[in-house]
Amino acid sequence: MSDHMHDQRDQKQQDAIIAPGHTLATITDKISEIVLTPPLKTPLGWHAMMGIGSIGMLLLGATVTKLVFTGIGIWGNNVPVGWAFDIINFVWWIGIGHAGTLISAILMLLRQTWRTSINRAAEAMTIFAVSCAGMYPLLHTGRPWLAYWLLPYPNTMGMWPQFRSPLVWDVFAVSTYATVSLLFWYTGLIPDLATLRDRAKHKAVKLFYGMLAMGWRNAASHWDRYETASLILAGISTPLVLSVHSVVSFDFAAGILPGWHTTVFPPYFVAGAIFAGFAMVLTLMLPLRAAYGLHDFITEKHLDVMAKVLLATGLIVTYGYALEVFMAWYSGSPYEEYMLINRLTGPYAWTYWALILTNCTIPQLFWYGPARRNIWALFFVSMSVNIGMWLERFVIIVTSLHRDFLPASWGHYAPTVWDWSMYAGTIGFFLFSFFLFVRVLPMIAMFEMRMLVPASGVTGKDSDHKHGGSHH
Amino acid sequence: MAHHDHKHPLHGILAEFDRPEPLIEACKAARAAGFTKIEAFSPMPIHGVIEALGLKNRLPLMVLCGGIAGAAVGFGLQYWVSVLEYPINIGGRPYLSWPAFIVPMFETTILFAALTAVFGMLALNGLPRPHHPLFGVERFSEASRDRFFFLIESEDPQFDKAREFLASCHPTAIEEVPN
Repeated sequence: MSDHMHDQRDQKQQDAIIAPGHTLATITDKISEIVLTPPLKTPLGWHAMMGIGSIGMLLLGATVTKLVFTGIGIWGNNVPVGWAFDIINFVWWIGIGHAGTLISAILMLLRQTWRTSINRAAEAMTIFAVSCAGMYPLLHTGRPWLAYWLLPYPNTMGMWPQFRSPLVWDVFAVSTYATVSLLFWYTGLIPDLATLRDRAKHKAVKLFYGMLAMGWRNAASHWDRYETASLILAGISTPLVLSVHSVVSFDFAAGILPGWHTTVFPPYFVAGAIFAGFAMVLTLMLPLRAAYGLHDFITEKHLDVMAKVLLATGLIVTYGYALEVFMAWYSGSPYEEYMLINRLTGPYAWTYWALILTNCTIPQLFWYGPARRNIWALFFVSMSVNIGMWLERFVIIVTSLHRDFLPASWGHYAPTVWDWSMYAGTIGFFLFSFFLFVRVLPMIAMFEMRMLVPASGVTGKDSDHKHGGSHH
Repeated sequence: MAHHDHKHPLHGILAEFDRPEPLIEACKAARAAGFTKIEAFSPMPIHGVIEALGLKNRLPLMVLCGGIAGAAVGFGLQYWVSVLEYPINIGGRPYLSWPAFIVPMFETTILFAALTAVFGMLALNGLPRPHHPLFGVERFSEASRDRFFFLIESEDPQFDKAREFLASCHPTAIEEVPN
């Protein structure tokens, strides 16, 4: 590789994604300082977020206690709406998690170097979002301590799962996804944990990170296998993440219910997941960037690119909504047609129109360049999409279920206070876990950032191909 | 390998560099000079170093085997459960509804491959290994910040020439690594 070409390209590319003037040492010090700073010097904003998260955790504990002692009757779902907040929030959370995998796996394979400064936090977001998602089906069983019945294992009842059911596929997809995400995340952390071990002053802190780093010593032969493992994980996580939300959509699409029984669901769910996840990444990263002064690493370029991803996936989702309307008409099925009319004008019509406003209309703001770099506009749109993607699942699930084929079986659904407290509780769990992560683990991948420093003049396996091959 | 009858007092000799280029040169020169027990250390992966050391890597093959095993286990489980152990009629579909079995089979393939990739990488790297003689060298902690190191282990047959060789690589420092 020619150094001249190399430098020129690096200069052009990196100017935007890391502020100029950074060296291997400054990157390491700046990011590890966030973690190794004494407890009393933690920014005030962190305490505030942790406080909100802790209140949510308490709410979650109270709700789960009530739920386990009383039963799932405390929720509002009942025939005909047998699935409501439990699956709405399951899908919402797991969708949010998908952006983390997209950023860490798909964008890695696509050689998008800008992903580096946000991938660690996004992967952490994935882990915690999937944990929140997992709580719902487990608690919806009513007896979560028997949740292992979902798995195929030899038992005295002599029973086995029924492998033709999408709900069983979901067990496999979500548990594999949670496991692989955790492995991917931890693998990514190992070299950085070693950095923290080497930087820590206090003996107990050194021991803590030392044990977590498992004796990583930055050897070239280790790096070689490490990079291979990372690339393979990225390669297999990519089809995995696409499969997970496709399988989630099969939970609906394999049913015969009008509004669910449609082939557009898998791609439309995957696009929606990325849309929702990027919105959540922005929602979390904007305050973090301000609180920790990370403007050098999360630059305007990052914000701009993330806004474009939101705009693009928002358009795919909008296309999905349009296709649903078209297919309801084109199918010629009176049940499908009624489902649509009910969705647009029925008792839950306001949720549909609010969804169109938040998911389709408001993100169009990002066609305007300065809006993609304005933090208030970004925060506004990302919150709008967070709400919109929740409404999307509400619309799909509740409006389809509450009026099916037979008017005699129609009903109405309203969430109870326990539905809301459970939802708020998972948000609390998510914030608590995320801010705990920010405090004790490096939220930006240091070793990957080091590879982006032009002065280092070196590249790893991943970026080498890029320099050799395509033009950037 | 790790446990010898009489241990050499040194684990090896370590040369420190402040840039990656001389490290790459040192790797190339050491191999040319016939040193075999050598290792480089850097704060991030450097392709030039991995190439210069001529490292071979069996991990991809292991992951392929893991993935194939995952597919076999996934399909085998579903076949055994649905056809042999617990055949039930679901909407008149055949017991061997293989298209429906693709999804769980795909997931077990990914799961086994991912587990092989991570645990295979750790096993081949000899990790976890909480302590190592290199951690006794104070400067070595800079290998995770902005310094580059090159090591010739005492097990190398030409270890007696190591110090002289390392001095010729223009390092910023040379240090002994006690065992």
